[in-house]
Amino acid sequence: MIDWVHPSVFLILGALFIPFIRGRAQQIYIVLLPALALVTVMLMSPGVHGVVNFLGFELIFGRADKLSLAFAYVFSIAALVGATYALHVKDNGQHIAAFVYAGSSLGVTFAGDLLTLFVFWELMAFASVWLIWSRRVKASIEAGYRYLLVHAVGGVVLLAGIVILYVTTGSTRFDVMQGNGAAFYLILAGFMLNAAVPPLHAWLTDAYPEATVTGAVFLSAFTTKTAVYALIRAYPGTELLIWMGTFMALYGVVFAMLSNDIRRLLGYHIISQVGFMVTAVGMGSALAINGAVAHAFAHILYKGLLFMGAGAVIQMTGQSKLSELGGLYRWMPVTFVLYMVGALSISAFPLFSGFVSKSMEISAAAEMHLPKVWLLLTLASVGTFLCLGLKIPYYTFFGKDCGARPAEPPRNMLVAMGMAAFLCIFIGVYPAWLYDKLPNVVEYHSYTPTHIIWALQILLFTAMGFFMLRKKLGGLRKITLDIDWFYRKGAGLFMQFVYHVVSPIENWFIQVYRHVFRGNLILGIKGLWLDKHVIDGAVNAIAAAVVRGGSTLRQMQTGQLRQYALVMVGSLLILSLYSLF
Amino acid sequence: MDIGKILENLVNNAKTLKRIGFAVLALIVVIDFFLPRHHSHFFWDDIPGFSALYGLLSFILIVVVSKTLGHYWLGRPEDYYND
Repeated sequence: MIDWVHPSVFLILGALFIPFIRGRAQQIYIVLLPALALVTVMLMSPGVHGVVNFLGFELIFGRADKLSLAFAYVFSIAALVGATYALHVKDNGQHIAAFVYAGSSLGVTFAGDLLTLFVFWELMAFASVWLIWSRRVKASIEAGYRYLLVHAVGGVVLLAGIVILYVTTGSTRFDVMQGNGAAFYLILAGFMLNAAVPPLHAWLTDAYPEATVTGAVFLSAFTTKTAVYALIRAYPGTELLIWMGTFMALYGVVFAMLSNDIRRLLGYHIISQVGFMVTAVGMGSALAINGAVAHAFAHILYKGLLFMGAGAVIQMTGQSKLSELGGLYRWMPVTFVLYMVGALSISAFPLFSGFVSKSMEISAAAEMHLPKVWLLLTLASVGTFLCLGLKIPYYTFFGKDCGARPAEPPRNMLVAMGMAAFLCIFIGVYPAWLYDKLPNVVEYHSYTPTHIIWALQILLFTAMGFFMLRKKLGGLRKITLDIDWFYRKGAGLFMQFVYHVVSPIENWFIQVYRHVFRGNLILGIKGLWLDKHVIDGAVNAIAAAVVRGGSTLRQMQTGQLRQYALVMVGSLLILSLYSLF
Repeated sequence: MDIGKILENLVNNAKTLKRIGFAVLALIVVIDFFLPRHHSHFFWDDIPGFSALYGLLSFILIVVVSKTLGHYWLGRPEDYYND
């Protein structure tokens, strides 16, 4: 008798059979898989399951406690909603990639040791990049390679941390990290990269806008929130995270204001929202951790909804930029209303899910008496509403008419949006359902008169400001520089520096040298020998090194996977050697 | 019930909506003067209408900072990366 089944079995192994089924049966199967995963999670009893001994390591596949179950619950819901949204897509590769991606994030969630975590962590990166490449345009292919390379580096950093942890403590337990050695910070950096903490965030806003319409919905749910889960598990109360998170919340807001592409704007708001969660993890109090979990739970649903709304607009109009959109409310009213449910939820309006979740984190800051954090997070909340509740809907659905006459999206897309919208309101109206799933037992009441009036004042006065300046806040036909500049342009500039500065100086030296030695024949002959055998050799060697270095850089830029494999194997080798001594 | 019709009606009555909006703004500030305050953590928790002012100032700050950064430093033409 089987007493425990890993929900990822349905998603990862189940997905492999998708190509063998066709038509209506395939669609039913695609909805059935995440539904089975969700049921498995709902029925799972707390405890440690699925312990396997592998080469002397204890791999734990199924640590089920309140924390992992809360995340698994919402990940399964997100997979179900995302699969419904993608039902009309006739691309088996995308369906498989999405399920392997979602299944791996469940794998991370239930992992009880860092090796299991690492395997699923990497699988997430490799599966998710497919959702970017599947758009099959040049920009997506390139963005996908950059995405993969950044995650590859993050993976190596994480692995290095895990190996050092194992060597120094003899354990690969995935629990609260002790001490503050190299392992502590390497693993933290690996987690922070996936949580998109600046300056390790640019992969997100570079790649998500280039993903397929349905792929972006999956992307918005899993990678960053799996990282939030990992941070909650391993780094609660790490003070550094309070400041990184607060900075992140504001960074996302400022860059979102500058974005013209609606999915890039939404991407910057993932960074901003995850910033709230990272701050809460840093605070580490029972209320703060509950806030982080509740916020992640609610966030996955409303951010998915926002990406679905944006995706519907992109699919039906072919436009993704605010400057090219406008006046769609007549043609896509249902999409608009469903989008607004997500927007009001993320903005934390009373009766919507953000109000009962995000406010816990801000209350935690008040309880710990962190006035700066409180003020800055409130500032970031204003930015959230400004961008997602006012700017996107106004310039997409109202504003000047862009001339497009799109229809509503296919029914399955609307149904998926309806599912997410229902949950956003349901949680907002009946927060006990969500609070019941939180890891800590804390008394918290979100619907107090002061809190409601406080939220309404903040939000509605922001709205007043927006409507006064609405002529000036539209999308501009521009892009914004971010950290990705360093690997998209910086490497190229370095090559130009080599060609235009280093090479001429080298040539100049050769010329001077030839002039000096031409006068004296004997010296010249000797000089020629010297030139040929010593100096040229050195120069050639340097030149060769420069060329080699340059081509390595160039390959990094176009993203050759061999490099990754080499780095990976190399670091593994170094680390395993390190472990021997 | 046709959502499109309702939206159309709202848009056509923008003037009325605006008046209602201002009335609501005034109302939520007035109510704030009469709320009981038990759990004040910071001094500003006791100032009625503080969050209205803070919301408006935050809005201005975000707009000014991001527009300045975009205009003088971070903005580039759309084809910047495609050469």
